[in-house]
Amino acid sequence: MRALLLALALLLPAGIAHAISDPAEMLPDKAQEARAEAVGRQLRCLVCQNESIEDSGADLARDLRAIVRQRVTAGDSDAEIIDWMVARYGDFVRLRPPFTPLTAILWATPVLALAAGFAAVALRRRPAPPAPLDAQEQARLKALLDR
Amino acid sequence: MKTRRVLLFAVPLGVAAAAGGGFWVMLQRMRSGSFNPRGVPSVLDNKRVPGFNLPGLIGPGFSGPDLYDRHRPVLINFWASWCPPCREEHPVLMALKQDGVPIWGIAYKDAKKASLAYLDTYGNPFERVAADAGGRVAIDWGLTGVPETFLVDGDGYVRWHMVGPLTHAMIPTVKSLMELYAG
Amino acid sequence: MIPETGHFALALAVALAFAQAVLPLWGAWRRDARLMQAAPALALGQFLALAVSYAALVWVNVGDDFSVLNVAENSHTLKPLLYKISGSWGNHEGSILLWCLVLAGCGGAVALFGGRLPASLRARVIGVLGATAAGFELFALLESNPFLRIWPPPMDGRDMNPLLQDPGLAIHPPMLYAGYVGFAIPFAFAVAALLEGRVDAAWGRWVRPWTLAAWICLTLGIALGSWWAYYELGWGGFWFWDPVENASLLPWLTGTALLHSAVVVEKRESLKAWTVLLAIGTFSFSLSGTFLVRSGILNSVHSFANDPARGVFILGLLALVIGTSLVLFAVRGAALASTGIFAPISREGGLVLNNILLCSIAAVVVSGTLFPLFADLLFGEKFSVGAPFFNATVLPLAVPVFAAMSVGPMLSWKRARLAPALAKLWWAALGALAAGLIAALHTTALPVLVFAAAAWLVLGAATDIVERIRLFRLPIADSLARLAALKPAVFGAALAHAGLGVSIAGIAGAALAEDAIVLARVGETVQVGGYDFTLERLRDAPGPNYAARVADIRVSRNGHVVTTLSPERRSFPVQRMTTTEAKIRTDGLTDLYVVLGEERDGGAVLRLHHNPFAPWIWIGAAIMAFGGLLSLADRRLRVGAPLRQPRPAGLRTPSEGTPAE
Repeated sequence: MRALLLALALLLPAGIAHAISDPAEMLPDKAQEARAEAVGRQLRCLVCQNESIEDSGADLARDLRAIVRQRVTAGDSDAEIIDWMVARYGDFVRLRPPFTPLTAILWATPVLALAAGFAAVALRRRPAPPAPLDAQEQARLKALLDR
Repeated sequence: MKTRRVLLFAVPLGVAAAAGGGFWVMLQRMRSGSFNPRGVPSVLDNKRVPGFNLPGLIGPGFSGPDLYDRHRPVLINFWASWCPPCREEHPVLMALKQDGVPIWGIAYKDAKKASLAYLDTYGNPFERVAADAGGRVAIDWGLTGVPETFLVDGDGYVRWHMVGPLTHAMIPTVKSLMELYAG
Repeated sequence: MIPETGHFALALAVALAFAQAVLPLWGAWRRDARLMQAAPALALGQFLALAVSYAALVWVNVGDDFSVLNVAENSHTLKPLLYKISGSWGNHEGSILLWCLVLAGCGGAVALFGGRLPASLRARVIGVLGATAAGFELFALLESNPFLRIWPPPMDGRDMNPLLQDPGLAIHPPMLYAGYVGFAIPFAFAVAALLEGRVDAAWGRWVRPWTLAAWICLTLGIALGSWWAYYELGWGGFWFWDPVENASLLPWLTGTALLHSAVVVEKRESLKAWTVLLAIGTFSFSLSGTFLVRSGILNSVHSFANDPARGVFILGLLALVIGTSLVLFAVRGAALASTGIFAPISREGGLVLNNILLCSIAAVVVSGTLFPLFADLLFGEKFSVGAPFFNATVLPLAVPVFAAMSVGPMLSWKRARLAPALAKLWWAALGALAAGLIAALHTTALPVLVFAAAAWLVLGAATDIVERIRLFRLPIADSLARLAALKPAVFGAALAHAGLGVSIAGIAGAALAEDAIVLARVGETVQVGGYDFTLERLRDAPGPNYAARVADIRVSRNGHVVTTLSPERRSFPVQRMTTTEAKIRTDGLTDLYVVLGEERDGGAVLRLHHNPFAPWIWIGAAIMAFGGLLSLADRRLRVGAPLRQPRPAGLRTPSEGTPAE
């Protein structure tokens, strides 16, 4: 399930955004550069508001981008790079919060909301269906039908 | 059934009231300064400072292990000559030095000449001062900007830190913390 | 004198708003026809007073009256006229006044167009709008008065943030506010209905056009905002899941749900309490978004200068507006009994599913936006929740919405069968499959899914029309006669659904985008996405309140010149800021997007993008809004006319269960 979520997030970037202003920042290898961008997009620019380091023009973001690229070329895995950042900046640096007992409520929101919605429908007070016909009405109906 | 239905219809009110109460507390604490939604946490608190080795700006530099067995606490101050809040903080550092508080400085992404000129002009509050020209060591410390100050105890553990400039009002706090970790 | 006139008019508006709140509501309570009759005049008077006040604000902005603090802080003599006008709402104080103006306009609109409403309902709706307006106008008057004077006046102003000096952003706030505040009308209808203790089909019919009007404005407002981000911020990004963006998305999601659930109230007298709650919730989200952004609680790239002290006032106001309406809902809502019965598989069932999914998406957005705040407040833990979280959680909820959107309109009211509805959609399914397969040749899993969903939506909307006119099953002339007889609202709904399909195709197109960041010298050519970009020259160009550096870039394909693009870097001396003016060449299918970066080593850094399908994002939004307009035009004529329009004889078919709308 986590792998699926990870795949979902990696495949559809929020935009085609990035703030790189210097071609020298980019890695010559296209595949490596793409990987660095994907990782960078998971990391928060700490001094900005809700921007990833790939989207931000801040100096610190540029330094962190450079570090991500160094580690990509050094052959670190995506998880290792993110762990490296978390070791220095805490979970705050991750734009996708890790799954912990506290963030469980966050990650469970879609499921909880859906469950609440369907439960509300199931528990909905339905208008009472019309009462079944009593014996007398049954007889009349039969009489009408037979006529 | 009836009460259950009434309770169900009160759920939105309850949710809105809880959120509103939360916001109210946030606003109050923001005004008193005890809550800052823009604050950046440090993960170094109560952890040993990272290993590093920096060249000196004036005299010899210092390294992580230098902080591990000093047996006395020290303030580590990241600063830069290009940073206006550092300039604002400078008199506080000078006052701390006067009071005998040891401060080691790390010049963050600063040209050597500019750093030296700055210390020449405004005075040098630092016992030792090193240069982190590339800013890489600062990242190991989880730094997000300058100035930032860490109180490191005698075994090299970070016990307190301050993002942004120290103020004169903080001097008593800093001194009592230094005494606390000295003993 | 002019600022004082504006100030006085604002104070007058507050007084009128209080009268508008008290008299009609009291009149409706006491069944006093004269007091109820006062409502429209008061609402129009209040609107007029605010219009005068706002006109005064525009006047001082245009006239460079720097003795007014607000103008001195946000304007400059050299600023172009358009931005002097838009500058009146480009700051906190002015935007609050605009907000109040729109709210007063809502009251005025109900006063003008609500003539057919029952007297007590109209009085209550206008009264509730008056009460809401009174609070916000009081806030404008006491806490954010745009007419404050300073002495001595400065020689010149401090100018407006250059990023905001842009035609798209000039009209974005009024549009967005019309959407946000427009939801005050359904809200007022909901509160009035709770006061009356009655929600019926007629109520549903009255609420829908107002909801639709607000929805159209909000759709366009959001689209304009993201378009601005796309071309002005110079990164080509268009949606960042920023709290301010989320704050505008929330009322859009619940407002869309409201639009659909109100249909059920109108047609089937069901989902009444839920619809009332949605109407309250949608406006509450509009209000809370403003509050959270302006109080400084939420971190955002685009917020105004914010201030917790101001936040306390707005929070109190929100507690009053939202709290009162929810208390009323808790007390009176339970009595709103539904009378319509329906099976899970039915048109109503589909609309309920739509509501559950849209509200679940809204819940995810709320939770993602507020979680970091509450985790910090309650547990002292700092987390960030950004785009990767929202993409991972919203998409799995959005895909079922897309899937259901084409099926829902095929179902009949009360009770339907799924199989025949799906059978009608076979060619839409085939088209979706084809779109997915073609996309699969170029990109990866998720965009493929979204492209398929886009085709499914567009073809599903077409199927809806085709089925209604029985194309190819009746003689073509009969089909055309049916087509001519179809109500505009039917086309409106189909267009809105198709528009969403177009938009999501544009979003999925991001996966196909190509770009290059290069240091180019004059004369150098770079290839991106099959186009040759040649840097022809770099030159200086003066602007009214800035100096620009311009790069002329010739774009050609296979040797044929396509266009010349001239992106700029503008430096604004007063604000000491540099902005990049991206230049875009669009052919409606693909954008060529170029940005000029810094110059060095005898060349310039250029960012060149080839963005296939990108324009569709906004074309789709425009189609959605146009669909809404068609539906509104139809509906406006029928408001208060509950009788079915007679259809041409001979077109009546046995299956009256097939969708009317």
